[in-house]
Amino acid sequence: MIYREAGDFKTTYVADSQTFPIRFDRWGYFALLAVAVGVVPFVINDYWANAIFVPFLIYAIAALGLNILTGYAGQLSLGTGGFMAVGAYATYKLMTAFPEVSIFIHILLAGGVTALVGVLFGLPSLRIKGFYLAVATLAAQFFLVWLFNKVPWFYNYSASGQISAPERTIFGIPVTGANTSAWAQYFVCLAFVLLLAWVARNLTRGAIGRQWMAIRDMDIAAEIIGVNPLRAKLTAFAVSSFFIGVAGALFFAVYLGAAEVGEAFGIQKSFLVLFMVIIGGLGSVFGSFAGAAFLVLLPVFLKNLLVGGLGWPTDLAAHIELMIVGALIVIFLIAEPHGLARLWRVAKQKLRLWPFPH
Amino acid sequence: MPEQLLFAMEVTLNGLMAGVLYALVALGFVLIFKASGVFNYAQGVLALFAALTLVGLQQGQIPFAHLINAVFGTELHAFGWQLPSLVAIVLTAVVMIGLAILIERLVLRHLVNQEPIILFMATIGLAYFLEGFGDVMWGADVKTLDVGLPQGISETIDEVTFNWFGYGFFIDRLDIFATVIAALLVISLTLFSQFSKQGRALRAVADDHQAALSVGISLRFIWVLVWSIAGFVALVAGIMWGAKMGVQFSLSLIALKALPVLMLGGFTSIPGAIVGGLIIGVGEKLFEFSIGPLVGGATENWFAYVLALVFLVFRPQGLFGERIIERV
Repeated sequence: MIYREAGDFKTTYVADSQTFPIRFDRWGYFALLAVAVGVVPFVINDYWANAIFVPFLIYAIAALGLNILTGYAGQLSLGTGGFMAVGAYATYKLMTAFPEVSIFIHILLAGGVTALVGVLFGLPSLRIKGFYLAVATLAAQFFLVWLFNKVPWFYNYSASGQISAPERTIFGIPVTGANTSAWAQYFVCLAFVLLLAWVARNLTRGAIGRQWMAIRDMDIAAEIIGVNPLRAKLTAFAVSSFFIGVAGALFFAVYLGAAEVGEAFGIQKSFLVLFMVIIGGLGSVFGSFAGAAFLVLLPVFLKNLLVGGLGWPTDLAAHIELMIVGALIVIFLIAEPHGLARLWRVAKQKLRLWPFPH
Repeated sequence: MPEQLLFAMEVTLNGLMAGVLYALVALGFVLIFKASGVFNYAQGVLALFAALTLVGLQQGQIPFAHLINAVFGTELHAFGWQLPSLVAIVLTAVVMIGLAILIERLVLRHLVNQEPIILFMATIGLAYFLEGFGDVMWGADVKTLDVGLPQGISETIDEVTFNWFGYGFFIDRLDIFATVIAALLVISLTLFSQFSKQGRALRAVADDHQAALSVGISLRFIWVLVWSIAGFVALVAGIMWGAKMGVQFSLSLIALKALPVLMLGGFTSIPGAIVGGLIIGVGEKLFEFSIGPLVGGATENWFAYVLALVFLVFRPQGLFGERIIERV
């Protein structure tokens, strides 16, 4: 009764091809934006920011990037952790080398550096496909982690091998370092998410997005109809690595503050983002957000339930959490291999007919 | 003989031994991939679980002790008896067969005909689940695995090479034992698949699922059989690696090491797994020995992958793999 397209006529091409054609969707999205920008920064506290919102926003960016590569372009990649590390270390070097330039510029430049590295490690995709490509990206993952560990130039020859973000401000408000307030962290990440999600949405429904999807569906046929596989695959790697690099930069500078490459950007990170993309739904912008929310909220919820609620020791809770995450992944893949995005679409479909069954 | 050359020979021999251990893990992957088309990421965790179960049974641990203590507030730890190694190994093999049946029933059966990436993701989920399950069941502390395997430097080789070259090679007896066991395993697997009825059924299923079904081969039974065999191979690999470095979480990371082996050898070839393992083992150790000191060491983490990557660019199907033919 409420979710209807009847009476919602478009009179211009622009209105017809907008992202949210259904009025209800559009208003819902604007309401969500209003809450995210106008309400949350005023009520957020340190725990909510550090445990939920900031990691959700950062992983949403990373999941968007990986979704572009794996969901839209069909190139399976297990190198996400390594590329996040590239973004983080690039930001660190830029921040320490050019302290007067705004961190906003640094993060975008770090994304650019990661895009170049991504193109380099994406070159094998022109010859290798499927699982083999996944293992090739593992080479990128392990090599990059080793590189940032071994070459002291990357961590400015510090004795501990760790990198830590110096304090930086945007419009006079500290966003990195120890004096950052929760809402500033949240707001910086939100700004990047809005910008990058807008870019992702428009790239994926434009010409380049269609080229990626053609390559994913059947790359030989795509080549026959004129899609240049070199350009399509390498731009997929470039755009995806840009997103992942920005996510890594934010992860290090805004969220962690200090990072050691082995633990912060190891292979577990790559699998985590891949799970987010699979559970959220391959080939869907909404799916990236849904998957990121799911995999950020689940450990928090389980910890509160098991340790806070039942009083079990934390190591037991951690093992049970592993079991539950694994089981949920298998259950999800059996029940809905196309992820939360498909479930959402089916729900919307049913809502449009409600209260009628068909 | 010049000393560097002797060192290089020793490194090569050790690399061959390490390669055999990698090949042992890769063997499990190949078996499952051949028969069900699934790349089983959980193979490493199966090895870890098998080793954990073995140690737990051997030392009379109570399964789920930690969980029971947390829920009921008790203080249980062990039954008090200890099993002889052979009995524990047989029991663990039975457990692995039971696990294979459960996996087939709960996971594989529902994912028939899905895309390979979905199956791959399901095995990753399975790996996480089994890892947590193994920790909850037997505890996550590092355990020593002692089934009576010979360990330590091989005195005979040390003496013999000293007499020949003037420099005694350090070869671990465990590595020699592992090589012999792996060779026996490969020979028996090859004989099984060539000359037994079930082995022929396995090869038929690996070739074409539909055709195998149409001649009356029970796909489900074959899958249980294959996963049991892979579980047994995982048990052997778990024993070897567990004896070498203790039973701990990093045992499951061996699976990641097996991936370059598979890429080199081809995903569907048993001899390919062995040859790939040997090449990776030798290549890794020689690279670390020769170029490692120049770049700061610890190159073993990534060299295998880069080697496999370079190899794949020139021969995408691996050394022995089937030619990849794509049709529009």
